[in-house]
Amino acid sequence: MPAARPRRLGLVGAVLAAIAWATTTWAGDIPLAERRSSYDFMSRETRAMQDDDTANPGLLWVLEGEGLWKRALGDAGRACSDCHGDARASMRGVAARYPAFDPAEGRPIDLEQRINRCRTDRQRATPLPWESRELLALTAYVAHQSRGAPIAVSIDPRTQPFLDAGRAIWDRRQGQLNLSCSQCHDDLYGRKLAGNVIPQAHPTGYPIYRLEWQTLGSLERRLRNCLTGIRAEPYPYGSPELVDLELYLMWRARGMPIETPAVRP
Amino acid sequence: MASALVNVPARARRGEIVEIKTLISHPMETGYRRSQLGTAIPRDIIRRFVCTYNGVEIFSADLHPAIAANPFFVFSTVATESGTIQFQWTGDSGFSVSESAPITVVD
Repeated sequence: MPAARPRRLGLVGAVLAAIAWATTTWAGDIPLAERRSSYDFMSRETRAMQDDDTANPGLLWVLEGEGLWKRALGDAGRACSDCHGDARASMRGVAARYPAFDPAEGRPIDLEQRINRCRTDRQRATPLPWESRELLALTAYVAHQSRGAPIAVSIDPRTQPFLDAGRAIWDRRQGQLNLSCSQCHDDLYGRKLAGNVIPQAHPTGYPIYRLEWQTLGSLERRLRNCLTGIRAEPYPYGSPELVDLELYLMWRARGMPIETPAVRP
Repeated sequence: MASALVNVPARARRGEIVEIKTLISHPMETGYRRSQLGTAIPRDIIRRFVCTYNGVEIFSADLHPAIAANPFFVFSTVATESGTIQFQWTGDSGFSVSESAPITVVD
């Protein structure tokens, strides 16, 4: 009889440990079936704007990107299309896989960084500045080819540490308001922040046309926007922290279809 | 850079009311704002939009400051004959963009 007591305690301890493990690993995570694109949180009018390709201003950038895709430039005098051919075939599903691991960099890089890498290495041209009209146009054009494709970033032993780092940033409280991304977007989505509905923050439609900006913007711009909102120092454009966060967000939205170019309020 | 998107139905029955949609990329700078250094940012807006159907004006608009960036127009017309619908946007600093779309009218 006395021997049974420690064993039962051991069992209780194991159950408690399992609960603790489950809560630390999965606290606040939105079940896969309950994930919703920010599209679902928008007004009927804004959804109609995104759905109509002549009303969606993001298509203006896609149109411009199509022109840039075919334009030869740089010391190499090559256009994107000289290597990649017709983007409608060659770029299908590509944006759904970014950020992707880059062996030269030894870490994942996002789509904008990939485009600039191609510019410097293959076209021997100067990289485009972040949020420049040309970089947004090319990114929108490439990502538009993946419209409808399910998000599928590749998680393997090489990318796992960066995914974990992104998740750590997501869960970390920061800024003067001492908030983590997770507190709003995992725990309080669907509720209001002032007049705005808090979405689940799935990056399904980037670059997005944001009505507040009256222009197209990248996921990094949006992330920096949120960081300023919680009164934290935003990470600089192209910083490892932002790309890790992008990787985590894309993994979190795995299987959801790409909407690029999305319209957001 | 200037790009415009127009949507005109390619085919319509004679007498049918067709919807035309246009969207153009433009910053629509009001002229009322100042830069971080305090200097006035000059006005840069589209002043006028005209749509003609086989040379006949069917819709036009005068634009003013405080209209959102990337103006979007939706209007309708009666499909009378096959031909071309022309769109023309003109504005400050010599801004001028034209676009056209064919329409086929069947009985």
